[in-house]
Amino acid sequence: MTQAAELPAWAALLAALLLLLGAGLTLTGALGLLRLGTFYERVHAPTLGTTLGIGCVLLASMLFFSVLQTRPVLHEVLIAVFMVVTTPVTMMLLTRAALYRDRREGNDAVPPAPSAIGAARPEG
Amino acid sequence: MRRWLPFPLVAAALLAMWLLLNESVSPGAILLGGMASLGACLVLVALDPPKGRFRRLRVVLGLAVKVLAEIIRSNNAVARLILRPGERQRRSGFVLIPLDMRNPYGLAALACIVTATPGTVWVEYDSTRSTMLLHVLDLIDEAQWRQIIKDHYERPLMEVFE
Repeated sequence: MTQAAELPAWAALLAALLLLLGAGLTLTGALGLLRLGTFYERVHAPTLGTTLGIGCVLLASMLFFSVLQTRPVLHEVLIAVFMVVTTPVTMMLLTRAALYRDRREGNDAVPPAPSAIGAARPEG
Repeated sequence: MRRWLPFPLVAAALLAMWLLLNESVSPGAILLGGMASLGACLVLVALDPPKGRFRRLRVVLGLAVKVLAEIIRSNNAVARLILRPGERQRRSGFVLIPLDMRNPYGLAALACIVTATPGTVWVEYDSTRSTMLLHVLDLIDEAQWRQIIKDHYERPLMEVFE
């Protein structure tokens, strides 16, 4: 980034702050992945990075390139949109796989399958 | 109108995406993007997606502001929980929430909102009983969570999509 020197101080400062905040949140999420106890708790931690973490980094990018090129650079918005739309798919896939295995193993810590509450399951 | 532009909102969204990706609003970009989005919508007809509608922009904007505030608040809360684990006793657990909303687009939007706020994860949805299973990282009161999901998110989403 050789052009970064041409950036006015206020924009450089704000972009750096946003970058640090986003990176810090993502790091916290990664730490949570190590520190939290169970699988269902750990699955919460990375969402820090996929929400406000990436939001801050994208804001920093929009600010940096908008000021540098003196025109609005907005296509980072698309990254945010696709992130919001695709994250639930991964999360549901992971949690439902874990839930399926726990139910199969007869783990009492998880709620029973909805179909098992009313009637006996056909496969036993 | 319906024959030539079967999904006006999808077409507009695709055109907006095209223009953002090209970073230009020149007549050429609009023409090419318009043609591409129109073609994509005609292909979408063959897939026959479930019917849905999208209205009350004021409710959408209000919901967006509320979700944004909630994202910032819960990011802060979860970051605190991770960085200071021993501060107080914390319990995480599942909450079964009965939903009145049946519209698939509304449910998808609710899943995105719930996942986008750290501390809550949408686990599964049972369409026969119309219940969703939510996992909450810092669970204090289950009834309170049912209330939050229903009042803050489900009701405005039903207004928009149903």
